[in-house]
Formats: sequence, C-alpha cells, structure tokens
Amino acid sequence: MRELTCTAVSAAVRQLCIDANYHLPPDVEARICACRAAEPWPLAQATLATIEENLEIARKGVFPICQDTGMACVFLEVGQEVHFTGGSLTDAVNEGVRQGYADGYLRKSIVDDPLFDRKNTGDNTPAVIHTELVPGDGLKITVAPKGFGSENMCRTRMLKPSDGVEGLRRFVLEAVEQAGPNPCPPLVIGVGVGGNFETVALLAKKAMLRPADAAHPDPRYAALEQELLAAVNALGIGPAGYGGQTTALSLHIASAPTHIAGMPAAVSICCHVARHKEAVL
Amino acid sequence: MIELHTPLTAEKLKDLRAGDRVLLSGTVYTARDAAHKRMLEQLDRGEPLPFDLQDATIYFVGPTPTKPGERFGSGGPTTSGRMDRYSPALLDLGLRAMIGKGKRDDAVKAAVVRNGAVYFGAIGGAAAVIAACVQSCEVIAYPDLGPEAVRRLEIENMELTVILDPVGGDLYETGRAAYLQAAGK
Ligand code: SF4
Repeated sequence: MRELTCTAVSAAVRQLCIDANYHLPPDVEARICACRAAEPWPLAQATLATIEENLEIARKGVFPICQDTGMACVFLEVGQEVHFTGGSLTDAVNEGVRQGYADGYLRKSIVDDPLFDRKNTGDNTPAVIHTELVPGDGLKITVAPKGFGSENMCRTRMLKPSDGVEGLRRFVLEAVEQAGPNPCPPLVIGVGVGGNFETVALLAKKAMLRPADAAHPDPRYAALEQELLAAVNALGIGPAGYGGQTTALSLHIASAPTHIAGMPAAVSICCHVARHKEAVL
Repeated sequence: MIELHTPLTAEKLKDLRAGDRVLLSGTVYTARDAAHKRMLEQLDRGEPLPFDLQDATIYFVGPTPTKPGERFGSGGPTTSGRMDRYSPALLDLGLRAMIGKGKRDDAVKAAVVRNGAVYFGAIGGAAAVIAACVQSCEVIAYPDLGPEAVRRLEIENMELTVILDPVGGDLYETGRAAYLQAAGK
C-alpha cells in the first residue's frame, strides 16, 4: 500500500490546469505545422499561420492559448494499491482546479445550475472527474480543459448493427458538416463505437486525447481512421471555416465490445486548441 | 487589407464583401449571451442600454482575467449563433457590426442586409494574438457577470475577415465553394 496525500494531488492538478492552457501538446502543434505546409489554399494557410503565432505567444505564459479555458475534465488512473490521505480525492482535484484557474488567470466558465440559476461558481469548479482503477501503486492524472464551442458540436447516436461501416462514416461526416465553422476548425476528432449509451461518449473523448500519430492497434480500424480523416478533409470547410484542405488535424477511433442488438457511436469534436497534460505521481 | 475605424456607418461598410480582410481600430463593446439577454430586457422595460448602439460594434467575447501589468487577457471570439435570437433587434436599432465566429441564422443574415451591416469573423482560438491589439479594457455594465460583463475595448488593427456582407454574401458558403472548385472536388 502506498500513501499519497491529497495536497500532492491538488498541487499536481493545479499545475496541469495552468500548463495545459498555455502549452499545446507537441503532437498537436506538429500537426498544425505539417498541415500548414501542405495547405494549398492561401487564406487557409494564413489562418494556420495565425494559429501558430498564437501558440508562440501563449507559450510565454502571459496569455492563455484560448479565452475559453474550458471545463476542467480530469481523468484519474488510480493504482489499486494507493491510499489517499488527508481528505477526499474529489475535493483534492477540485481544490487543484480552483487554485490553477485562479493562479493561472484562467477564465471561470462553470455555472452551478444548468437550467434555472446559471450562476457562475466563480472558481471553475466542479471539474468533471473520471476515475479508473488500474493495477499498481501510481496515480496518473490527465487534465483536459475543453471549450464549449467544440463541446456543443459533439454527437452521440445509437446506430444499428446493420448500419455498419457506412453508417458510422455517414454519422461522422454529418457531425462535422453540421458543426461547420462553429467548433473552430481545424479539428481533432475522436470517434467512439461500441459499449453502451453512457460509455460511448467517453470512448470518443478518450480517442480524441490519443497522440496524433497513434493509430488504432487493429489495422482495420487504423485504415478506417485514415479514410475518415481524408473524407472529413475533403469537405473543404477549412481553418476557421473559411474554406481549405485542413478541416481536421487528426481522427482516432476507440472501439469496445457491445450488445448483439446495437452499435452505439459518438463523435467527440475538439478545436485545434486540443489541450491536455498528464502527470504521474 | 482594408483599414476601418469605428464608428462604422453603413456608408463605410457598403463596399465590403464576404472574404475581404480588414484591420479594425477604434471602440468595440463586448457581450455574450448573458449580457445580450439583459440588454434586451432593458430595452423591453424602456431603459437605456449601457452604450449607444448607433453604428456600434459588438464583439462576442468573454476574456480571461487580465494579468497585473497587462491591458487585457486572452480574448478570441465565442460562437455567435448563441446570439442569433438577440442580434436582429439590436441591428434594427443601429448596431452596425458584430465580431464573432460561426454560423448565423437566416434572421440575422436578413437583418445584416436590411441595415447595411457586417458580421466579421475573428479566428477562433487565436485569443492570445487578438489580445495584442487591445489597447484598453473597461467594464461598463453587468460586472456581476464576470467574464460575461460588458466591456469597452479600444482596439488597434484587429485582423478580421468579412463573413456576412451588406449584400447577402456569406463567406462560409462562398469560401468553401471556391476552395472546392479550385481543388477540383
Ligand atoms: S472551440 Fe476551442 S478554440 Fe474555439 S473558442 Fe472554444 S476553446 Fe477556443
């Protein structure tokens, strides 16, 4: 049994919130550069150049990459040999978010009640926390702040088994088409297929967080990832929706076993500000 | 690049076309959905708005907090579609330009044409670049709304692209179509 203090968890989450909002993951940034180099459309190229310039400025630590510093989505992989001391793990994560969003001068975008009051909680809490028990005595924390311009464009649909690959393809293209310029393309797309209603969205979000060059281990899915990315980019929506080749930077699929009667699917759409940072305690 | 200075009269905007690139300087007011809702409620009650709408420009943005020693935080555009139910009324009362990102509905497009107005796009996510062109920022209404409060910004050479123009052009349709045609798709 290994002991971890809640203070250590808060400190790590605090730092991850700040880092994620000022530094884009290198793989996402590399994709932006590569897509700009390959982009034939002048206005699209200029837009991608501005996006790169923005990352340069943000890196200096004064201005966050985007003003929508997001809802803090926190993934915890908790080793089953770990014992947390000094309070509750949930409180520790929220305390880290509170400190990170205050000290990092990040925007507080959370309202307490979704329907009636919609009053800003003032400290960007509560975070959305996903906890998974894993073997071992470590704790892996991933903080993925997500803006709602793109979150609002995500979709879940209960496809039928007979819809097959073609049904999934149509669903993905329809989601990107309907989103158009709203989620700040170029996009990072995660597709979930399988599981059930509540897990398929999470699958899609996890696929979205995969490194840009990490293909699905099953070659059939890996080929479909390539094909869907090409089909999305053939839509011509382009950076900022002004037209161009670069509608998406990457597209990943995550699959899971499902019921004989169903094929749940989800499309998680993220803007080019695809933020996430990890730490292992 | 076309240089423009606020206030934006219909005369100054009449030759702008979707896809034109503009450098805007002068005064703009920030407002998102919560501020729009309050402004419309004030109008319903016959109360004056926090700023004069005539030939004004509204920027749909909720910035990050300003760091000590800085003039502004990060401040890129938010999704404009959430303001669709409010914008036509404001345009009909004199609002002349909006800055945001994303699609607008048919009622907004019609109100833009009817009033010789323009909807400009700023690049979503380029919030740190945009911060550099803000010279000053002052909260002028609804401070309780935090990032959604109405602010008066003095801006210099803010890079914008015309999305909806006074003759009904829409860059989201024409830009994409032109690219696809050029690409032979
Ligand atoms: S969708 Fe992304 S880039 Fe666009 S405003 Fe939201 S967080 Fe920023």
